[in-house]
Amino acid sequence: MKFLENIVNKMEPKFSKGGKLEKWNPVYESFITLAFTPKHTTKLGSHIRDGVDLKRTMITVILAMVPALLFGIYNTGHWEMVAASGDLNLPFWADQGEKIMKGLAIVLPLIVVSYAVGLTIEFIFALRRGHPLHEGYLVSGILIPLIMPADVPLWMVGVATAFAVIIGKEIFGGTGMNILNIALTARAFLFFAYPTSMSGDKVWMAGEEANVDGFSGATPLGDLASFMTPDAVLQGTPIEAGTNAMEQFTASHSVMDYFWGIMPGSVGETSTFAILIGAAILLFTGVGSFRIIASFFAGGFLMGLILNGIGGPYLDLPSAYHLVLGGFAFGAVFMATDPVTAAQTGVGKLIYGLLGGMVAITIRVLNPAYAEGVMLSILFMNVMAPIIDHYVIQANIKRRLKRVKAA
Amino acid sequence: MSKTVKLRKGLNIRLVGGASKVKTDANVPKTISFRPDDFHGMIPKVLVQEGEQVKIGDIIFQDKYSDTIKYASPVNGTLKSIVRGAKRKIMEIIISCDQDQAPVEASAIDLASLSNEEVKTKMLAAGLWPFVRQRPLDVVADPSNAPKAIFISAFDSSPLGPDFDFVLKEKGKEFQMGLDAISKLTEGTVHLTVNGTVTENTIFSEAKGVQVNSITGKHPAGNVGTQIHHIDPINKGEFVWTINAQDVALIGHYFLTGQYCAKKTIALTGSEVKNPQYIETISGANVSEILNGQIASDNVRVISGNVLTGTKIDKDGHLGFYHNQITIIPEGDQLKFFLTKGWLGPGFDKFSNSRLFPTFLLGKKEFTLDTNLNGEERAFVVTGELEKVFPFDILPMQLVKAAITNDIDGMENLGIYEVAPEDFALCEYVCTSKIDIQDKIRQGLDLIAEECM
Repeated sequence: MKFLENIVNKMEPKFSKGGKLEKWNPVYESFITLAFTPKHTTKLGSHIRDGVDLKRTMITVILAMVPALLFGIYNTGHWEMVAASGDLNLPFWADQGEKIMKGLAIVLPLIVVSYAVGLTIEFIFALRRGHPLHEGYLVSGILIPLIMPADVPLWMVGVATAFAVIIGKEIFGGTGMNILNIALTARAFLFFAYPTSMSGDKVWMAGEEANVDGFSGATPLGDLASFMTPDAVLQGTPIEAGTNAMEQFTASHSVMDYFWGIMPGSVGETSTFAILIGAAILLFTGVGSFRIIASFFAGGFLMGLILNGIGGPYLDLPSAYHLVLGGFAFGAVFMATDPVTAAQTGVGKLIYGLLGGMVAITIRVLNPAYAEGVMLSILFMNVMAPIIDHYVIQANIKRRLKRVKAA
Repeated sequence: MSKTVKLRKGLNIRLVGGASKVKTDANVPKTISFRPDDFHGMIPKVLVQEGEQVKIGDIIFQDKYSDTIKYASPVNGTLKSIVRGAKRKIMEIIISCDQDQAPVEASAIDLASLSNEEVKTKMLAAGLWPFVRQRPLDVVADPSNAPKAIFISAFDSSPLGPDFDFVLKEKGKEFQMGLDAISKLTEGTVHLTVNGTVTENTIFSEAKGVQVNSITGKHPAGNVGTQIHHIDPINKGEFVWTINAQDVALIGHYFLTGQYCAKKTIALTGSEVKNPQYIETISGANVSEILNGQIASDNVRVISGNVLTGTKIDKDGHLGFYHNQITIIPEGDQLKFFLTKGWLGPGFDKFSNSRLFPTFLLGKKEFTLDTNLNGEERAFVVTGELEKVFPFDILPMQLVKAAITNDIDGMENLGIYEVAPEDFALCEYVCTSKIDIQDKIRQGLDLIAEECM
């Protein structure tokens, strides 16, 4: 690595203060610090520092998303072939090569667009502010494709990314300063700006338009939402009036079927199994908060039980199904745990997760216009997190004041 | 009434280079110095001219704004120079030492016959007062305040910290005498807090006239701030004084003999020291002779104090007033290729409190850590990591944020009166965003001192 080091040493004066390329220093720094941990030494306070830095933390999150990404690529390829053939019962584990290629053809452009647009904007802001690129977007950039429907037009991804990075993050001051989760801001933008491309039956499988008549690619959540309407549908087939739709739904697929994730949906969200591998990585390394993940799942499960108690066509869905359907697991593991937008106090995290899970299921079930409640729920809890923290902090302050009175 | 405290939070940073229990006497140093910066916020008024002769115990300077607090020369010698920095601020007062270091004749002081006020006056006049520090603010105590308690920690849990049991082994009499004198400074209790896991030395556990508490746990169990918080926490408007264990013995020595003495035993530690050991020297001594032939490599950082809270000094710099330790570690001013030694490397050479590095697999391995920041400064992103090493019922991140934003109400509410920068040293160590937390806390304390005290 000596020769790389020599290059760096040669370039350094050009980019440092007074050098010819001084104003490009943030860009230079951004790349150099990827290749080398810089030679900055401690100036104030503690003379030694922990090895951990934001780069390593962020790369770990990306690593944790890889299982979901890989499964997502294959699953996307699978459902594209399903759509093309019109055969819902196409075996999942067959034609692997073709499925992977098809999946890659859909998912890779999403990732490329997300990173290209996001990083360009980040670099512009970094240059204006004169600081090197902060690592936050490395994670957001892969989260965004993972929560997009496979069939979303690329230009929409670009527009949504730009909106999320500029309005969601940079106007607040950049990484660490944002109030809302970046990736979810992107998705929410598309959801409200281009609703037809983000919900309904037509978007979850690539190549839908070219499809045979009468074929529906609705997600299980779309089916479930339809139970609340007079036209209940299950996997494209109308359910006969007078029969129990929920019984037919649970009979057709068990919780475990959905747990593995062979269903249409956003690229990365379908396989709870792959997501839990990621969760294991996040929890083991301590990057993800156990309190948030556990309480988010607990909140969702609890709300499912409460709704069961009330009863109704959709409300009857066994609670366990809620946890493996749609974006619930993905949201709990990768979205709700974003440390910047989540609650920051220990107790606050528990409340935040619990409420997040409950609100997600409430929106999902009671408002069928939004088949997916997780996104709205987490964004809502992002806004609420500072209030939750406020009360936790007040409790700490009160404890201290009580001590004075006791003495 | 003694209390037993068990801590679950904290972190012992395992470093190479602990001092072996051998004590050598250093020669009389060439020079000794006072750094006014060691006494935070103090502006000295020097009472001796450059070139003037001084004897052990002579007053060299006093606090300009609180002139009863005086600082005594620990040596016979000549005031060599007063080093000034920007705006003529006094950076260092250097005294060159004579070969003859015989103390001035004096006789023992009968402590029992002295009133509380007289003990205080004696200590002030003899230049012993700077050993007494106060919380809040972590500065030299204001003698006009009445402290509700005085805390002494009987051990140092910081990385490679000296073993006070060993250091004070033969100073039992002085130490007890010091405790007797100190207990006359307060109407409240004098707390001596011992390490709950070690019970070797009886001068601590059988100390009389004080409340002996015990605390077990990882660093910062030995920090006096942690002990105060768990035993008798400070509320707004209250004062607690603290004294280093070794300085207690120096105070005792004064009352036993009537002579000022600033001889102390320091630990010479760190991975770049050839023979880590204990050395008897004088407070403020020039370290060049101590370090002669001891430094194992070229590119090193010499720290007066421990790696978490110490001060960087030159190879011929001087020991800090409150420091009981010199640590030498390698400088980390090299580029580190990301896959081998950098941010994405396997990281067996890094000591981390997170599981992002394999530190947790390596059992009791001791590490050689350098001064590299291991990253760049960022905004706060990761949450929950500071709490793991901060054994206070205080929200560290929120308090640091209040300090950064100059939020006085916030700092008061969140507990700024209870903490000193050193309590945040581990938070600073583990911080992913590489924020200089101790400095932020110090700035917050300065603001509090200005606005609220």
